[in-house]
Amino acid sequence: MKCATIPASSPPILERRVNKLLEISGLEVGYGGIHAVKGIDFHIGQGELVALIGSNGAGKTTTLKALAGLIAPVGGQIDYDGRVLNAVPAHQRVSMGIALVPEGRGVFARLTVAENLLMGAYSRRDHAAIDDDLARMYALFPRLVERRDQLAGTLSGGEQQMLAMARALMSRPRLLMLDEPSMGLAPLMVKKIFETIREVAAQGMSILLVEQNARLALQVSSRSYVMEGGSITLSGASADLLGSDAVQRAYLGG
Amino acid sequence: MPNVLKSILTHGHRQRLLFCLLLVAVLLLPFATDALLGRGWVRIVDFAMLYIMLALGLNIVVGYAGLLDLGYIAFFAVGAYCYALTGSPHLAMAYPLLFPDGLHLSFWIVLPLAALLAGGFGVLLGAPTLRLRGDYLAIVTLGFGEIIRIFMNNLNAPVNFTNGPQGISRIDPISVAGVSLNSTQQVMGITLPSVHLYFYLFLAFTLLVVFVSSRLEKSRIGRAWMAIREDEIAASAMGINTRNLKLLAFAMGAMFGGVSGTLFAGFQGFVSPESFSLMESVMVLCMVVLGGMGHIYGVILGGLLLALLPEVLRHSVVPLQQALFGKTLIDPESLRMLLFGVALIVVMLYRPAGLWPSRVRRRELESDEVAR
Repeated sequence: MKCATIPASSPPILERRVNKLLEISGLEVGYGGIHAVKGIDFHIGQGELVALIGSNGAGKTTTLKALAGLIAPVGGQIDYDGRVLNAVPAHQRVSMGIALVPEGRGVFARLTVAENLLMGAYSRRDHAAIDDDLARMYALFPRLVERRDQLAGTLSGGEQQMLAMARALMSRPRLLMLDEPSMGLAPLMVKKIFETIREVAAQGMSILLVEQNARLALQVSSRSYVMEGGSITLSGASADLLGSDAVQRAYLGG
Repeated sequence: MPNVLKSILTHGHRQRLLFCLLLVAVLLLPFATDALLGRGWVRIVDFAMLYIMLALGLNIVVGYAGLLDLGYIAFFAVGAYCYALTGSPHLAMAYPLLFPDGLHLSFWIVLPLAALLAGGFGVLLGAPTLRLRGDYLAIVTLGFGEIIRIFMNNLNAPVNFTNGPQGISRIDPISVAGVSLNSTQQVMGITLPSVHLYFYLFLAFTLLVVFVSSRLEKSRIGRAWMAIREDEIAASAMGINTRNLKLLAFAMGAMFGGVSGTLFAGFQGFVSPESFSLMESVMVLCMVVLGGMGHIYGVILGGLLLALLPEVLRHSVVPLQQALFGKTLIDPESLRMLLFGVALIVVMLYRPAGLWPSRVRRRELESDEVAR
């Protein structure tokens, strides 16, 4: 399927000359013969917030897993910061600056909040800086301070999502990948989480956001890709996608 | 009076005092047991310590890393057969030309080698099962334990390696600084029979195992194991090399098992495949689960209870029945299994985190109740 680009409604400006932090070409990922991702291309610029939207089973999570090194791609290439990532094992990608907040949050339920945050810094050895970052996370998520010594499994869904994000940030990533951060959360909590995502993005972090909640994702991101059946079918500036008929019909309920 | 004491001693002091008292009590234990219950019970306590070491080893695999291992006794077997083979006349009898006098290696040479070999077997079991979890892992490890036992049973032909079901006997006793522990010693006017000497040796090893366990628990490695236990995907997303750490957990656990097995062979002087049945693996797992998975003190308690319970039953059930009915209606062995089953069900119902769970696990259960 050829990828369609939504024409920009605003007068075309020259594409910003940003460095591409991540560039994916022809990525194919499969589980034993079934290809969940069928050759996709996209890129994320330095400091950009890019959303990957699409319905259930479109291959979004699989794409993230391949980027994090949790599944080996069948074909294609992942370029990150001038290096080909395909053969780099998952645990080394973390120290290269790629952090994943997994789907369903994946907090360590029987470890305390503080221990969870320390696990986030597992790949780092700079103890003094880790302490600083810990303080920064508590400032970014004040809720976690009160819960510091509580087991992560006893937190509410929203608090767990905050913890999962804080934990990922503890590795000092350059690229933060969020898998369905709004899933199963109360609307108020979703709002809060997305405010934090904006805040983190404003500090210059590159973010890849995977969401089913297309409207939210399009509102918060600068560029978006729409995935369908393992392929990217639409891409463009988020504001334009938000106004496009196709996206309106398929994902935003008319 | 206790209040006065409390005001004088700080918390740290009190802890140290408690520890010293405990240490003295443990050091006097064989004498007290000998005087009160008889020498046979000192031997039983010695065996209990071997079980505690096994349970602490399995606790690394099951409690910390969350990998269910049902064939753990195989590593105990590897350790035991290592010393049995190199420290007995078996080789001399099987291959008089090659080993006219047998090998008779010193226990202290065999011990580290046996630990390493057991660790190697741990990796051997871990490597093909890296992708398995829970039930599937349990089935494979169960098979592994049985394979080792069956090998021990059948490796008497064509080359007689293990002497088959007859087992290997006349294993050299352990010597410390040239003193055989199979003898009675006089130290400063105190008579120390063999079982007492073994008690102190096993106590030293148990303390070492406890020390290593507690250091591991609080280390970076320990935290990584717990992260893998909680969520493997998230753990690798944290930059944890899950493959290596799982193999390390298998290897460390296996090494503890190997050490315990080597001590067992030297203490008992005889090994046969019978000692390494599936039931033993299950028993060690019960010690870990019943005591409090992932909590060192809990596991020690579980090991002690389950190692002593059958002996208590053996010594109380028969006389009790004789007194009540004039004959033995239920033999202690079957009663033991019944009581085990009941005890396990009761503990799992009322103390699901074990008899003495770690602080974290206890808090988790408490907050569960609050949530309810």
